[in-house]
Amino acid sequence: MLHTLAKFWDGDLAWSWRHHPVAMIATCMLLTMLIASFGAGWLAPYNPFDLASIELLDALKPPVWSAEGTRQYLLGTDSQGRDLLSALMYGTRVSLLIGLAAVVGAMTLGIVLGLIAGYAGGQLDALIMRVADVQLSFPAILIALLIDGVARAVVPGDMHEVIAFPVLVGAIALAGWPQYARTVRGSTLVEKNREYVQAARVIGISSPVIMFRHVLPNVLGPVLVLATVHLATAIITEATLSYLGVGVPPTSPSLGTLIRIGNDFLFSGEWWITIFPGAALVLLVLSVNLLGDWLRDALNPRLN
Amino acid sequence: MTAILELREVSVEFPTRRGTLKALNEVSFSIAAGEVVGVVGESGAGKSLTGAAIIGLLEPPGRISKGEIFLSGRRIDHLSDEEMRPIRGKEIGAIFQDPLTSLNPLYTVGHQLAETIVTHLPMTWSQARSRAIELLESTGIPAARERIDHYPHQFSGGMRQRVVIALALAAEPKLIVADEPTTALDVSIQAQIIELLKKLCREQGAAVMLITHDMGVIAETADRVVVMYAGRVAELGNVRDVIHSPSHPYTVGLMGSIPSVHQHVERLVQIDGTMPRLNAIPAGCAFNPRCPQVMSQCKVERPQLRQIGATRAACWLQKEKEHA
Amino acid sequence: MFVFILRRLIQAVGVMLAVALLAFILFQYVGDPVTIMLGQDATPAERDLLRTQLGLNEPVFVQFYHFIVNAVQGDFGLSLRQGQKVSVLIREKLPATLELSVAAALIALVVGLPLGVYTALRRNGRLSQALLAFSLLGVSLPTFLIGILLILVFSVYLGWLPSYGRGDTIRIGWWSTGLLTASGWQHLVLPAVTLSLFQVALVLRLVRSEMLEVLRTDYIKFARARGLTRRAIHFGHALKNTLVPVITIMGLQLGGIIAFAIVTETVFQWPGMGLLFIQAVQFADIPVMAAYLCLISFIFVLINLSVDLLYFAVDPRLRVGLGKSGGSH
Repeated sequence: MLHTLAKFWDGDLAWSWRHHPVAMIATCMLLTMLIASFGAGWLAPYNPFDLASIELLDALKPPVWSAEGTRQYLLGTDSQGRDLLSALMYGTRVSLLIGLAAVVGAMTLGIVLGLIAGYAGGQLDALIMRVADVQLSFPAILIALLIDGVARAVVPGDMHEVIAFPVLVGAIALAGWPQYARTVRGSTLVEKNREYVQAARVIGISSPVIMFRHVLPNVLGPVLVLATVHLATAIITEATLSYLGVGVPPTSPSLGTLIRIGNDFLFSGEWWITIFPGAALVLLVLSVNLLGDWLRDALNPRLN
Repeated sequence: MTAILELREVSVEFPTRRGTLKALNEVSFSIAAGEVVGVVGESGAGKSLTGAAIIGLLEPPGRISKGEIFLSGRRIDHLSDEEMRPIRGKEIGAIFQDPLTSLNPLYTVGHQLAETIVTHLPMTWSQARSRAIELLESTGIPAARERIDHYPHQFSGGMRQRVVIALALAAEPKLIVADEPTTALDVSIQAQIIELLKKLCREQGAAVMLITHDMGVIAETADRVVVMYAGRVAELGNVRDVIHSPSHPYTVGLMGSIPSVHQHVERLVQIDGTMPRLNAIPAGCAFNPRCPQVMSQCKVERPQLRQIGATRAACWLQKEKEHA
Repeated sequence: MFVFILRRLIQAVGVMLAVALLAFILFQYVGDPVTIMLGQDATPAERDLLRTQLGLNEPVFVQFYHFIVNAVQGDFGLSLRQGQKVSVLIREKLPATLELSVAAALIALVVGLPLGVYTALRRNGRLSQALLAFSLLGVSLPTFLIGILLILVFSVYLGWLPSYGRGDTIRIGWWSTGLLTASGWQHLVLPAVTLSLFQVALVLRLVRSEMLEVLRTDYIKFARARGLTRRAIHFGHALKNTLVPVITIMGLQLGGIIAFAIVTETVFQWPGMGLLFIQAVQFADIPVMAAYLCLISFIFVLINLSVDLLYFAVDPRLRVGLGKSGGSH
């Protein structure tokens, strides 16, 4: 394990990373947010969902560097007295979880369908690609909204909270699979005619095994780049849906929900309730995008 | 007669992550007005790079690190892109390998021709158009008057290369750098295109630097030939001398590996090993690991071009023969 | 070529039918239409009457057929939330969304295209690097956040521009436009800029990367080898070749603009179709959702078809069969 890590560090990708200050900064930012959000249980100064720990009297306090700010609440509090910094950390966790889950979902679905389409060819290929193409002509957010709306109408009101997460993740994932499928199918078509695949066929290895064990590792490169771009999009989509009120339930607010809550206070001067979650969201997406950009350039053989 | 083109100790370097690669190492040769000089060698020997360096179209980060290039006695290697521009097309024409990708698919052939003519010669657009039709006719394209308004994809491969030749000659340059002009074409058309190129250049009095890995083409077409190996010149001289009495062991191997209808051989000569990569060029003579007549000196000191018999070659070998 | 158009038209109709089917399924099976229309307290007799009236006792295909006939005429029944005819609601809100979307699209094109070309031609200049950084920020900012920030700066702090609604509008026939009043324009600025920012960044990066690709091609190399002027190479050749693939993506982006209008309209309370749709989703107002779905699909299909036709007009390689092709050696 250590040996593989050492080899990786010596390799081209790590070299590129070490020489790209932007990529390094982005990774640090991302790591910080990952630790702060997933370790929120231990690291956050307060638990904003523990009703007992909230002091209504402390509501609407500005950040610590302001005149009326206190050290107790570094980034201020919201209208209910919840500490904003803690809410941010928990909120980031929700945003990240949904984003990652959606990407994994879309990637899985897209890879499977793409492999099948590329490998099987013929009618199956045409069908899958037709569906993908049609879906691609619709913006992802619309599809996510539709799925969410339909689920909302189908499921009785009291079940809404329970199914909110899976529906959200499913909606964003379903909206995102075509890109993966297209990419994987293209690579599969190329790999299908390579000798190692034909050799495997001759030996008698079954198709699914060939697809997953042999072809898949060779098509992962572009998929990885796509995944980073998609992660950024997924996080933004979730934030947008939550902002619109059709995303995560209010009991576990994501950054989007926090922004929406704070929106009402913009005009009365309590800007921090919206701006800090907003800044966190931007930093999160920005670092993912920066990493994605670097990854794309580093994996591009032509730029060497 | 002043040489139309002269290269003196030209070196081209590529700074990369892992150090600087020397792609051309002190290449020297000259081309006289109106003559056809073949530049031959394996893939990666540096032939195309030499052509690119001459036109001033080296891909960055590649750059000319040493040496000079003279065009009709005037130094051109240090010129900026903007200063080179009037020279390109007007004094040096270029032909590249793939005629399909050399032409912009969105413009008619006539437009691309007229555009080139108007850039370099004092003509109006309609005059340029007539001239373009003449050029197409001279390259053997039938119904030039109609085909001038056709798009590149409407021509076959051989026809396209004729268009490319017309484009290269449009502004009447005195030197043509042709980089593998027939490699992408069917064998049956290759001879035609080479003949055409030779004929048109002779008519215009233009010299040709014919870059190719095909010795057969050189034998038929060139007056002199430059043999390149690992970014260096291995041998150069008149075509007949280089082919029939080569001095450098690499050239000997090259000539022996060409199948001939006339000679009866049991086996084609094969040179063992492969040309070294740019980052692993051996010390001394670059060919020494593969040379059947290698001596200890070859591994230490790099030989310079010297007159050996009828040709000039970069080899230590003949020195011994001279004394013998 | 006509075969091509015909094929695309058939495809388009196919997609519309599929969408209609989806909308139909929504209508019929999500929730009970009768309860939806009559409420919970209707008597069984009233329900039966309505069922017959609505044709709910007829076979599914017949119902679907009726649905399509109605849909084509724009009749989607009544909105659950508002009680009005859906078609009337949509007609009211459509102009607002269209004006906003077109304004945003124009901004994206007029700003993004030249900037993209500039950053491709002057790759390593400082301004280019700054623009690229800005464009990265642009695609990392969610639309709603941009809206909020703009409101904060321009409405709350500076007080220059309004942040709510559409301003004064003037009716011309059934179209209400905000473009003929000063207040209409004032209200349009922030939402249009918000909606366009993401697109500007996208167009910039797209044009830049396409142009860089083109500048690496053999025909550009050959053009340089022929000594053509920089202007001829960059604008005559490179730009023209860049625009061809850019057109398709721009066309698709127009669809994205219309979709993202949903978010922008929510932030600015812009009375358009997007706001209507969001309210419908929140309320589970099926008829409105179904109608929006069909309308949007129709617009997208139309856009895709137009882009395909445009491609035909621009790329001579696609016009095979119209001129002489091939030829002897």
